[in-house]
Amino acid sequence: MDAFLHSLTTVFNALPYIAQGAFVTIVMVAGALSLGFLLGLPLAVAQVYAPRPVRMLVGLYVWFFRGVPVLLLLFLFYFGLFNVIGLDLGMIGSSCAVLGLASAAYQSQIFRGSIQSLPSGQFKAGRALGMTDMQCIRSVVLPQALRISIPAWSNEYSILLKDSAMCFALGTPEIMARTHFVASRTYEYLPLYIAAGCIYFLITLAGITLLRRLERRVRIPGCAAPDMTGDSAGGMQTGI
Amino acid sequence: MNASSPLLQVRGVSKTLGGRAILHDVSITVDPGDLKVLIGPSGAGKSTFLQCINRLIAPDEGEILLNGMPIDGSSTAELCRLRQEVGMIFQDFNLFDHLTAEANVALALRKVRGLSSDNAGKRARKELERVGLASRAGLYPAQLSGGQKQRVAIARALAMEPKVLLLDEPTSALDPELVGEVLAVIRDLAAGGMPMIMATHQMDFARSLATEILFMEQGRIIEQGSPADLLATGANTRTRDFCSRLIASESGKAGA
Ligand SMILES: Nc1ncnc2c1ncn2[C@@H]1O[C@H](COP(=O)(O)OP(=O)(O)O)[C@@H](O)[C@H]1O
Ligand SMILES: [Mg+2]
Repeated sequence: MDAFLHSLTTVFNALPYIAQGAFVTIVMVAGALSLGFLLGLPLAVAQVYAPRPVRMLVGLYVWFFRGVPVLLLLFLFYFGLFNVIGLDLGMIGSSCAVLGLASAAYQSQIFRGSIQSLPSGQFKAGRALGMTDMQCIRSVVLPQALRISIPAWSNEYSILLKDSAMCFALGTPEIMARTHFVASRTYEYLPLYIAAGCIYFLITLAGITLLRRLERRVRIPGCAAPDMTGDSAGGMQTGI
Repeated sequence: MNASSPLLQVRGVSKTLGGRAILHDVSITVDPGDLKVLIGPSGAGKSTFLQCINRLIAPDEGEILLNGMPIDGSSTAELCRLRQEVGMIFQDFNLFDHLTAEANVALALRKVRGLSSDNAGKRARKELERVGLASRAGLYPAQLSGGQKQRVAIARALAMEPKVLLLDEPTSALDPELVGEVLAVIRDLAAGGMPMIMATHQMDFARSLATEILFMEQGRIIEQGSPADLLATGANTRTRDFCSRLIASESGKAGA
């Protein structure tokens, strides 16, 4: 009983410190998702509509970032490439950048799939009205493709959130690093890691709930509600 | 800008797709007040031909002349101008699914014509009123019937003030009871003198309104003439033959 109380006290005392790590994790993941979105969307558009050489370059990018483990990417960029090109983003910035570059590869494939799933007639109709291809893509294709992408994107969020724990290896002061630090000092491994797990779980749940709300909010009136099973399965994946 | 040259002239269009010659040297001319009706079996190349006219499909050979001026297909600006002057209605409507009826009509007014949102919206509501859909302006395509969708598509095309309208089987995707409302709108347009090229299987419509019928088969126009000439009882034409088979199959369906 004493031991249990002691564990509880340790966890309780460590919570503010770990919560700061949660803040770092959230900022890092939000940044990485944003970077991945800003990069992934044009990559997807290029992969569908650009001339062949450009499409192949995008394919190469995607192939590289999907083919190499995140941990290796983190080391490769943080200790290697960023140094070589003299880019100092700091630990959090670097983690964010690497996760974002990798996420761009995955997000581009989400958006590409959505774009290709749209019927082509609407693009044609836009052209027939005198709109340029860029105008059709911006005003007709993407608004619909992005809506379709939300469930898969929510999946990407939950995977990226858990991938972010690997930034611990760089020493980035996020949830995992801070939990590990406290645990190795207090030897309360089990309760602390359970607490950390709960924090990840809560952040995942919050994000997915938010995205599901967004999905309902932007649903096109009159269209049947999409099948949600893919989405809830996504929330359960470990992403490792 | 020769006053005597036709409004729209399509000369010698040929197109090969997927290694197969789809169109062979097809030509058509549209003058003010013309309603040219394109008929022919499915797969004849009607859709391909219509899309070659506004260069949604780039023809391999042939020219398109607007008011006697050839259109340079390699110039984006010229293509944009051509497509504003030559509007198109599709068989399956192709409305923008994420936009209300009003926004469907307003989009190109804003993007292509550069109208403000307010003006585009006003203009869109006026066009919707013209096709009898003023009260449906705020609905999304998924909330409209097929006939209403096609009327929105017509309003959307008309908003660009085209000089010629291309209609690709505008009633073929509709339930029979909805065909009438769309044909009524097209009839109004014809009465107002809107020049049109229309692919259709609506023979009564063609008979009463077409200024010329063109019969297309295997990528060639094999007969053309006035409805009276091609469809007269006793006229020994492919067109008449095709139409009587069409009518037979229609009544066969109705009987089933
Ligand atoms: N992109 C394409 N590639 C290859 N063949 C095509 C393509 N588009 C149409 N076709 C073929 O061209 C022929 C004419 O098609 P279409 O113009 O749609 O005829 P219609 O509108 O008269 O039914 C058909 O045999 C069709 O299979
Ligand atoms: Mg067709």
